[in-house]
Amino acid sequence: MSDGLVWLGTPAFPQAARKALTDTQLRRNLRKATGTIRDKRLRVSAELDDWEQLRDSAAALKLRTLRHLDRYLEQLEASVTAAGGTVHWAADAAEANRIVVELVKATGGPDGGTREVVKVKSMATQEIGLNEALAAEGIAAYETDLAELIVQLADDRPSHILVPAIHRNRAEIREIFRTRMADVPAELTDEPRALAEAARLHLREKFLRAKVAISGANFAVAETGTVLVVESEGNGRMCLTLPETLITVMGVEKVVPSFADLEVFLQLLPRSATGERMNPYTSAWTGVHEGDGPSTFHLVLLDNGRTATLADQVGRQALGCIRCSACLNVCPVYERVGGHAYGSVYPGPIGAILTPQLAGVGRGSEDGADSLPFASTLCGACYDACPVKINIPEVLVHLRAKVVDAKRGRTVPTMESLVMRAATQVLAAPGRLSMAQKAGALGGRLVGRGGRIGPLPGPFHAWSDTRDLPVPPAESFRAWWQRTHPEETGR
Amino acid sequence: MRVALFITCFNDTLFPETGRAVVSLLERLGHQVDFPLGQTCCGQPQFNTGYRPEALPLVRRFAGAFAGYDAVVTPSGSCAGMVRENHPLLAADDPGLRRAVEEVAPKVYELSEFLVDVLGVTDVGAYYPHRVTYHPTCHSLRMLRVGDRPLRLLRAVKGIELVELPGAEECCGFGGTFAVKNPDVSAAMLADKMRQVLDTRAEVLTAGDNSCLMHIGGGLGRLRTGMRTVHLAEILAATEGPASTEGGAR
Repeated sequence: MSDGLVWLGTPAFPQAARKALTDTQLRRNLRKATGTIRDKRLRVSAELDDWEQLRDSAAALKLRTLRHLDRYLEQLEASVTAAGGTVHWAADAAEANRIVVELVKATGGPDGGTREVVKVKSMATQEIGLNEALAAEGIAAYETDLAELIVQLADDRPSHILVPAIHRNRAEIREIFRTRMADVPAELTDEPRALAEAARLHLREKFLRAKVAISGANFAVAETGTVLVVESEGNGRMCLTLPETLITVMGVEKVVPSFADLEVFLQLLPRSATGERMNPYTSAWTGVHEGDGPSTFHLVLLDNGRTATLADQVGRQALGCIRCSACLNVCPVYERVGGHAYGSVYPGPIGAILTPQLAGVGRGSEDGADSLPFASTLCGACYDACPVKINIPEVLVHLRAKVVDAKRGRTVPTMESLVMRAATQVLAAPGRLSMAQKAGALGGRLVGRGGRIGPLPGPFHAWSDTRDLPVPPAESFRAWWQRTHPEETGR
Repeated sequence: MRVALFITCFNDTLFPETGRAVVSLLERLGHQVDFPLGQTCCGQPQFNTGYRPEALPLVRRFAGAFAGYDAVVTPSGSCAGMVRENHPLLAADDPGLRRAVEEVAPKVYELSEFLVDVLGVTDVGAYYPHRVTYHPTCHSLRMLRVGDRPLRLLRAVKGIELVELPGAEECCGFGGTFAVKNPDVSAAMLADKMRQVLDTRAEVLTAGDNSCLMHIGGGLGRLRTGMRTVHLAEILAATEGPASTEGGAR
């Protein structure tokens, strides 16, 4: 179940996170998994003495590509077409789904078309809710990535970009296979090898039978028309080579100008994603070839909010993302709440800047995507980890301003905006600040005990439920200075 | 060298002893410190919460209050980061203000930067006979890149027993208005940070930012752990013999 970019029914982040935090099993699974990947990534990125230069190159390449996106996309269309593929343009999720459904239907013979497809793990198709759109037309889509299979069998949602079942441990996976997999082996243990074997047997039959495969793309080379999928299990290779028809749905920002640019990204991606030096299965294909792989290839170029994001000079950085998930694995917020609390196929720090932009900032209410830019302490760990140097904290603060500005026209101002305006009123004049300090010290002495202020009612509880507050001192620093330095007028 | 102290509104109101410690420390090192009374706040809470127009008058006030100084010292990595990184951004549309900000912002130093880079000292002659652990706050670490400057200063303190904090580089969960907008996640991060802080069996937790210390200290206090939080400036200002009655350590 991956019903589109923003999942309906998910509350705003603070409420969703509060619920997720009570799941102790989730906390343990996440801490172990993110910690392991984080350490591996640090080890293998430290091996390259040009790691920082690679990051700079990647950032520069992405920026240049985005600046001339129109040109590179038209070049890609021409190259793919020349190599025997067909290119489709989709403005939004609905149009992309319609195109794919029609293409799948057209593959069948006179008996009414194909009724099933195999899928390579793909964020773009989850973003548009393709599986649900296919199901509505009576077409079954089988996820073939192990983790996606687990999520699909459990009727669950992915909680990580790269490791969608990161919230599950192997005991839970065994239980899902036992209860949901029709051809599950008897006596299945929770040994990783046994679980993988069960999935292999389950999927093998589907690979051999399927007439249509659907994939995403990690990269597409404008110059040559070559499309790439990077994966670890070999399931992608099966999907990309065995069926007669291949349909690839790709976000428009995935284009790179030339084949040589891949040198940078294919070093950065595996090391940042899984902590591997080299990626296990990197499939690249250019159009179609007689007697080798699919005989029909369709490339669907998806916008779905991307060109609107491109128009924002600060926010457009988010389109440089290569979906490695390094930012998720270092994020202290993600580590504690997991992916579902973000209410989107794109969770974690990158999700907090990508989801609201693709959905349209300020279009929603407090619920949903507009709460995501606030789901960060701005600690900056994500920026340090990002292989394409997306300044996530900068974009978060930028989007916060857009969310706040979108609410400014309201007849009834928010409580927060009143507090912020009042704070500026006080802070804009040192005299007013002095008076406020005296009032605060008096109030603090009234409610404090032993130099500390304990739990408080009303609007203060968000702080004081878990933390004491110091009682403001009777004398502020500026009062002390004025008393002890009377000869200095200051300024 | 004309040196001004930017106390920050937060320290001014809640932690004046930190400001007194900076004054006494710099005077001990032979530097006269000014306190321009026109200063208030750098505008970080407004800016980071998305209230840019509300932050702008505070940027203007800051640039005016600190114009003409050779260096502006502040006992806050977070506020130093706000001025250096974000004031130029906020001033971008106002040529006059932009010039003023470009003049003053690069001269703003977080305390450990000022001591190590500008004054060139690591041994400030402090004496602090306690078991201490140091939390490198996120903005000092990843925005200002102060690196090991605070630790070099602490290592030179006489009598100190400095113990390493496990997972030190992980955020404590404060994050300004994050602490009240996402109180549950903030508390979960705080719980993990407190566990690691307590595991060091230190008497004192120190850092270069009282905001993070108020958050962690507020949690430690609620649990009656007996561990104290003390700003780096107060440790560096402490000396053998009686503390001065006005400035210096508490």
